[in-house]
Amino acid sequence: MTAGSATVRESMLDRLPRGNRAVAWAGVLLGLFAFFVALPPITARSPLWPVLFGLLGMFAGVWGATRGVGRLAWGAIVLGFVGIGLGYLATLSGDAKLDRVVVWSALLAAMLRYATPLTFAALGGMFSERSGVVNIGLEGMMLIGAFFAILAADKLDSWPLGIAAALAAGGLAALIHAFVSISLRADQIVSGTAINFLALGVTGYFFIDVYGDQGTPGEGIPRIPTVNLDFLSSIPGIGTFLEDVFGQLNLMVWLSFVFLIVSYFVMFKSPVGLRLRAVGEHPRAADTVGISVYTTRYVAVVISGMLAALGGAYLSIGFLGSFNENMTAGRGFIALAALIFGNWRPLGLFGAALLFGFSSALAQRLPEYSTSGAVLFQALPYVLTLIAVAGVIGRSIPPAAVGRPYVKQ
Amino acid sequence: MSETPEPQVPQQPTGGDYAPSNAARMAFYQRAGGVITPVITTIFAFFIGGIVVAATGHNPISTYHGIFNGTGLNWFFPWVSGAERINAEFNLQQTLLVTTPLILTGLAVAFAFRCGMFNIGGQGQYTMGAITAVWVGTTWASMPGIPHAFLAIVFAMLAGALWAGIAGILKATVGAHEVITTIMLNWIAYWVGTYLFGLGGPLQNDANESVPISNDIVQSVKLHVWWGNAELQGLHIGLFIAIAALVVYWFILNRTTLGYEVRAVGYNPEAARYAGINVARNYFLAMAIAGSFAGLGGALDILGWQYRLGSLDIQTSQIGFIGIAVALLGRNTAVGVGLSALLFGALLYGTSTRSLDPEVFPPELAGNLTLMIQALVLLFVGADVLVVYVWNVRRKLRRREAAPVGAAG
Repeated sequence: MTAGSATVRESMLDRLPRGNRAVAWAGVLLGLFAFFVALPPITARSPLWPVLFGLLGMFAGVWGATRGVGRLAWGAIVLGFVGIGLGYLATLSGDAKLDRVVVWSALLAAMLRYATPLTFAALGGMFSERSGVVNIGLEGMMLIGAFFAILAADKLDSWPLGIAAALAAGGLAALIHAFVSISLRADQIVSGTAINFLALGVTGYFFIDVYGDQGTPGEGIPRIPTVNLDFLSSIPGIGTFLEDVFGQLNLMVWLSFVFLIVSYFVMFKSPVGLRLRAVGEHPRAADTVGISVYTTRYVAVVISGMLAALGGAYLSIGFLGSFNENMTAGRGFIALAALIFGNWRPLGLFGAALLFGFSSALAQRLPEYSTSGAVLFQALPYVLTLIAVAGVIGRSIPPAAVGRPYVKQ
Repeated sequence: MSETPEPQVPQQPTGGDYAPSNAARMAFYQRAGGVITPVITTIFAFFIGGIVVAATGHNPISTYHGIFNGTGLNWFFPWVSGAERINAEFNLQQTLLVTTPLILTGLAVAFAFRCGMFNIGGQGQYTMGAITAVWVGTTWASMPGIPHAFLAIVFAMLAGALWAGIAGILKATVGAHEVITTIMLNWIAYWVGTYLFGLGGPLQNDANESVPISNDIVQSVKLHVWWGNAELQGLHIGLFIAIAALVVYWFILNRTTLGYEVRAVGYNPEAARYAGINVARNYFLAMAIAGSFAGLGGALDILGWQYRLGSLDIQTSQIGFIGIAVALLGRNTAVGVGLSALLFGALLYGTSTRSLDPEVFPPELAGNLTLMIQALVLLFVGADVLVVYVWNVRRKLRRREAAPVGAAG
């Protein structure tokens, strides 16, 4: 037993960055700090500070990159550059305006709210793609989840039933995708695109058929409750800050954290996850050792649809309390981007979801400076993902067998 | 498949990852002329759409009849006369107006397909083309009309080529999957367009600052309307340009070295490489040409009948996405793309609020019905194994019946 716990501790220690890697991490933090220093509460007014910290960060990045750290070091260089730019821009802004825009507690709370649907859908995408099935249909599955959640919650007057309906509908949509792309061996991208269209059509059709042009009733639809954590404010010092960030979050936000941790352990610390990844990397080998490729893929794709639908349900009966045609508006694709950006790993995709969530939260407040600039800012997640797949900041490497139908022999 | 680098059969569904069942499927297409599957697919999709209509308490026969009359295709019936004929004439013009860009976005998907790539970014390329056409069409107002229009079209094609070329270059150099990059580029185009014409954007109109729309293009650059009233959105000469593009598509693929190489890469990139073909160069060129088709589509829409572009137009446009269905249903052949573009153009316009009689069927529902039919077409076209299977069972049964007579085989 002691030997076991010693190995665990050793492996934990191994995980800590050391040497050049630690330098690269310091570079990343310095790059972030270059921007942070110009914002409240520090609010450095001289552009010298962001430039100084940014250059330090970039130097640390170059140090790491020339000593083989790779992705992280390149990230530090880019972040240092971005930190100088953003920090410089921030020093140009008036103090009062900056105080209005950068309210950290509100920004962070908004970041968590925006990140939650992305986390759910990206986790779903991870299950599907890790098992070797591309899931372009995340957007559609989310939309289906959003609609059937609100339909069931409204008609049955219960939000848990709304979630159940979202799970069922999302799972069903995923089942279609699974059947077409696994059993019929159709092109998975065609099938995913079809799911997106199908979701648009089905939700739009029944939305108008049920609710007409009036839309969903504003009042009276049961919503997923908010978790009140008032006690946080009693913590001395940072209590109010913590309460502002975490005190009023929707249940689904917390649930997304739970799913994240569970997914991590299932995917990387359990035999089930090992099998799933084996199917996604080398299905023939997995089949040879007795893992059913088809069953695994079916289960993974259906789970994927259910998780995406949960993200949709959060949007409709958690976040907004209403439904509009095409209300997901590309969030499924941002989730896909987060999945790729996060290198098909739970913590990576969560980090990406937080980053994209933060950019959404910031975009909401940017009209204070420039309405049109705030709009352009929304393209940021896609640009970042494009850069990530282009290999500028290290390569994003998908599961080896992703996109290829498997034929049992 | 690896020993057949020489492409002989034009009816190839997709390139790339299809290997296992390809031989059987190719043989089937040769026998069936590649026509059976699309036809069965379409009938099936309409049939299921009819079930949905019936299930929600409407009459599917009269609905489809109403949609058909809304498309204006009844103009071809000699017995239609009087007011009905005038109406049909107008409707047919509108259907062909929608068909024009669909042919081009269909070609954008099809051309990349023949090179073994899935260009899911037709929407973004179309948007960039439209934006460029608006920009050229609203500036240089003193230019004479025809060179001005020519310039706008060429620039729009270049913009589309550039946008797709980014994905092509990334595929050719670092191997980034074109599906991921084109999805990201779609969304970047979406936000760039929203920004350009949005409130405070650089291309927003001068007249009304609260409307997120561009200036109108100058009168002289508008394309000639040859059928119908130019004031009432008659049919412009862009249709002929689109048909010419179909011919160019066929010519490039089947009568040039470039087309030969593109198809060879599409069938099997490894074999093509072995045969001395520069695969990376073909990836880039195929994407760039595909993008220029979509960009041309955007330009024709602007110069032909839209004359201006708003943020909302960019956000709601689906022309590029429908191009995927057009290309797949058309089996990536010139004639097929032309016909399926007409089908989808008719479906789109026939179900729009402007043409469908609300007494027959609510057009808001019908628009979503179109999306569903489109999704089903994609699902079944992708899943042609199913159709092939059913077809083969039928043949087997027939053979079994014939067997006692002695002419089996």
